Amino acid sequence: MATFNIGKLFKYLILSVLAIIFLMPIYVIIVTSLKPLSEVSLESMWALPTAIDFSSYAEAFQQLAPNFMNSIYLVIPATLISALLGAMNGYVLSKWRFRGANTIFTFILFGMFIPYQSILIPLIQFLRTVDLYNTIPGLILVHVVYGLPITTLMFRNFYANIPDTMIEAAKIDGASFLGIFRHIIVPLSITGFVVVAIWQFTNIWNEFLFAVTITTSDQQPIMVALQNLSGSQIVQWNVQMAGALLAALPTLLVYIFLGKYFVRGLLAGSVKG
Amino acid sequence: MAKELQVRTKKRLSKDHWTAIAFLIPSFLLILVFVYGFIGWTGYVSLSNYNSLVPDFSFAGLKNYIYLFQDFRFQADLRNTLFFTILFIGLVIVLGMGIAVLIDQKLKGESIFRNIFLFPMALSFVVTGVVWQWLLNPSTGFNQFLSVFGIQPKWYTDTNILAGFEWGSIEFGLPVAIIAVVIAAVWQMTGFSLAMYLAGLRGIPDELREAARMDGASEFQVYRKVVLPMLMPITVSVVIIMAHISLKIFDLIYAMTGSGANFVTDVPGVYMFETTFRGNYYANGAAIAIIMLLLVAVFIVPYLWSNRKGEQ
Repeated sequence: MATFNIGKLFKYLILSVLAIIFLMPIYVIIVTSLKPLSEVSLESMWALPTAIDFSSYAEAFQQLAPNFMNSIYLVIPATLISALLGAMNGYVLSKWRFRGANTIFTFILFGMFIPYQSILIPLIQFLRTVDLYNTIPGLILVHVVYGLPITTLMFRNFYANIPDTMIEAAKIDGASFLGIFRHIIVPLSITGFVVVAIWQFTNIWNEFLFAVTITTSDQQPIMVALQNLSGSQIVQWNVQMAGALLAALPTLLVYIFLGKYFVRGLLAGSVKG
Repeated sequence: MAKELQVRTKKRLSKDHWTAIAFLIPSFLLILVFVYGFIGWTGYVSLSNYNSLVPDFSFAGLKNYIYLFQDFRFQADLRNTLFFTILFIGLVIVLGMGIAVLIDQKLKGESIFRNIFLFPMALSFVVTGVVWQWLLNPSTGFNQFLSVFGIQPKWYTDTNILAGFEWGSIEFGLPVAIIAVVIAAVWQMTGFSLAMYLAGLRGIPDELREAARMDGASEFQVYRKVVLPMLMPITVSVVIIMAHISLKIFDLIYAMTGSGANFVTDVPGVYMFETTFRGNYYANGAAIAIIMLLLVAVFIVPYLWSNRKGEQ
């Protein structure tokens, strides 16, 4: 084992080459966004900047800041409400099963896979009727509703691991439906809440289709503003790169610091309970 | 099963049980209206003459669908979606599984590698699109390296169709431009299949592989005969999840290339968006959306059905 191991070296080599390829886009984002306009050219995309210049960040920030705040106002309530509703649904569907509970669960779950194009036209008509079109509360409502399937699924899977005997014991002790939820389920599902919240935060922050169809100009979340920035002919691509990094920063930070929970969410969303 | 029988024999549900059901009702109703009701409404719009700003719900029969299937752009969309889906799923599975097997060899620094391959999952398709639009721009990006070998692919600006033949009003074959979009999508989504396969590999007990080795199987045979078959259920899940992402893809393509010349990178998601919200052809847009839904349902309904059965 202590001897030189060709096989192992080969494996490292493949992984390292792939890793470098995977990191190249990030390299381009960072390097380009730190260049002054005079050094931004098609030929020198891969070259390091001669001096670090933050002016593209200043400009990207100036253009994107209002939309960044829109996204914050959208993502925090939408995440909290959808997590809370999902927890309640998951609790009912795993610990208070009734005849047809599985059918209702599948009925809800289907909503997670539909192409949202197939509900978009009525949704917009509905939002216009209730005066929520082109508002952040309108988008919050949309993300809460269409987030229900995934949050319900995640909490239901999570609660399946809490032994039924615990619930039965509490019932015998006279605990009520809400009492059990508050005193047993919630304290045991802190991790579950973290996983679901991170998942919802990432998805809602990154979402584009609802954002671009339900809001216009000053109500638009960050991803729509970033797309507008990159589509604009006037803005140089060092600014676009800086904008891309600013827009990606919150979810990247979440991934860097809470990556473990992010991956758990990713797995929970795809594997049956 | 036992649980349900127990409830049934009790005959009457307790008061708390009714409270539980009452708490589920708002979510149930929201899904009923916002998912199923709205799909029905979209279906209704798709059968109407609502193709201008003025709502016109008069019955048009299948007119909008017939129009689409004869439409050059929609035929191109179906072709592009087919090739995008095949290439995208194939590469995501091969890369995800390959990297997972390599990382699973108890190498030092495995968590660094895992994090590098997984982080694009945290990004938005819009960010990916904005960046890869530059990386695969024919006059810069990766072509700067490739110029050493004397090749300069035109990437998403290429209008060639490989192995093309006349079919309907389009040339059927692999649109070269779609490869560029596939590369960006694979970069973003490989982390997903990697995470799934890693979880799967962790679930296979070491004794099983040990036993195969004792029987004289080579390392390669251990993987081919023991490990891969056990990963089959994961592959099924990955295919289905990736297929539904691929069939409804919109943001990546909208941000990266748009429809492209001759619609070589157009997909139903982009067509639906543009015709409905830029062109006000609501009925046509609704028809595209219903076709997208049916395509996704082909994958999702059996999957949900078998999951549901597996639980009973």
